[in-house]
Amino acid sequence: MRPEPWRVKRVHKDTRDTFSLELEPENGDPFSFLPGQFNMLYLFGTGEVPISISGDPGQTDAILHTVRRVGVVTDAMGQLRKGHSLGLRGPYGEPWPLDQAENKDIVIVAGGIGLAPLRPALLSIVANRDKYQNIVLLYGARTPDDILYRKDLEKLSAQLDIQVFVTVDRGTANWRGSIGVVPNMIRRAPFDAQNAVAMICGPEIMIHYATKELHRRGLPDEKIFVSMERNMKCGIGLCGHCQFGPYFVCRDGPVFPYSRVEKLLQVREA
Amino acid sequence: MRQLRDLLLTHPIFHDFPEKYIEAINECAWEQEFLADQYLFWTGQEAKFLYIIRDGTVSLQAYTPEKGPVAIEKLGNGDIIGWSWLFPPYKWHLDAKAESPCHALVLDGRCILGKCADDHELGYELMKRFNCIMLDRLAATRMRLIDVYAKGHLTGSNYDFI
Ligand SMILES: Cc1cc2nc3c(=O)[nH]c(=O)nc-3n(C[C@H](O)[C@H](O)[C@H](O)COP(=O)(O)OP(=O)(O)OC[C@H]3O[C@@H](n4cnc5c(N)ncnc54)[C@H](O)[C@@H]3O)c2cc1C
Ligand code: FES
Repeated sequence: MRPEPWRVKRVHKDTRDTFSLELEPENGDPFSFLPGQFNMLYLFGTGEVPISISGDPGQTDAILHTVRRVGVVTDAMGQLRKGHSLGLRGPYGEPWPLDQAENKDIVIVAGGIGLAPLRPALLSIVANRDKYQNIVLLYGARTPDDILYRKDLEKLSAQLDIQVFVTVDRGTANWRGSIGVVPNMIRRAPFDAQNAVAMICGPEIMIHYATKELHRRGLPDEKIFVSMERNMKCGIGLCGHCQFGPYFVCRDGPVFPYSRVEKLLQVREA
Repeated sequence: MRQLRDLLLTHPIFHDFPEKYIEAINECAWEQEFLADQYLFWTGQEAKFLYIIRDGTVSLQAYTPEKGPVAIEKLGNGDIIGWSWLFPPYKWHLDAKAESPCHALVLDGRCILGKCADDHELGYELMKRFNCIMLDRLAATRMRLIDVYAKGHLTGSNYDFI
């Protein structure tokens, strides 16, 4: 349970309120993780928060976390610079079901910062492209300035065997792309619902409408996977802080088959 | 070349639509091409038609004194544009501009309303289907109003929207 000291190797400003930290272990030990897993990041004297790993699962000497500044700890994290230290424990949680997606179409649906936990899955898919059929990424952001990983998206779009669709809620004068919500893109997305797996991460309301559209296309609940967020403390299934119905999000999730959480998603947190 | 009625039948709105009604709709429909940057309609003009986009992108724009025309939504293949011919004052509330060359099926609103007045069964079938689409659009608009990606929306904290 004790955090290990890690050092900031590089800080990258992604958008107005989002940045990525590339971290390396002070002890030099290699680190491996599965796409969809998260770490508990501890800022000495400030607090500890769960943050998904957003880097390449093939890289073992450094890891990436993409963080959105929303409060005390994430704001303080935004002050970190190259050479600063922080504590890290992990990786924790259930990963995206990439093995179940083999020989199938994959539909990745992401909203806002929700692209971060899906990025390792995308990188892994790209690295093992021939294991999968059609790959479709549907990504929604608030405005064009809020689009994460622009370079990655451009690179992926240029690749003929992956289809990338980006939409924004509010366009700007020079935005030539799509304007509208992500779930609406599902209707026209090129995938075969009879042989597909969907992975969704984003605000819960987006998950709700995205699953509705996936159902309309004929994708069954058990082929839809969602990543859930709940406030956490221990991160390892001990404290009950992240309880979500009968599940602990830190241990049983954060990635769940939709069939397991559908009923719970309809219940508001107390 | 495919007949117009076949094109109508390929659209989900006419899925399982009774054959005799497809014929009725067919009598009110035609195909139309729009060039990139051409306007389908302007705010304030009389609203006469419904457009089913088959190819290309159309942006719906609102005019703001500060910024000029602002695109509020972009619609593409399969989307339906234009409901204002259904309700008084039968005027467009937005501009619709083809962003790229566009191919649409156009339905004449007055002709459709006439057929519905003659046959209420057809009217009921059609309005049921139109309402589903309008409901979807309303949901999408609400989703954008909620500003789902805004700060303070932890995934579990904003789930009271239907
Ligand atoms: C499994 C898991 C993975 C996560 N992965 C990431 C990630 O990759 N990147 C990332 O930036 N965040 C991620 N989060 C969310 C992150 O843990 C929280 O944003 C963080 O704990 C907030 O702590 P804070 O002290 O900065 O904010 P607090 O001071 O605790 O909260 C301040 C305000 O922000 C709101 N808030 C809290 N969390 C969020 C949130 N997630 N989104 C929007 N508003 C929020 C609160 O409701 C409150 O109003 C993840 C959470 C979980 C459970
Ligand atoms: S955070 Fe303690 S049980 Fe999940």
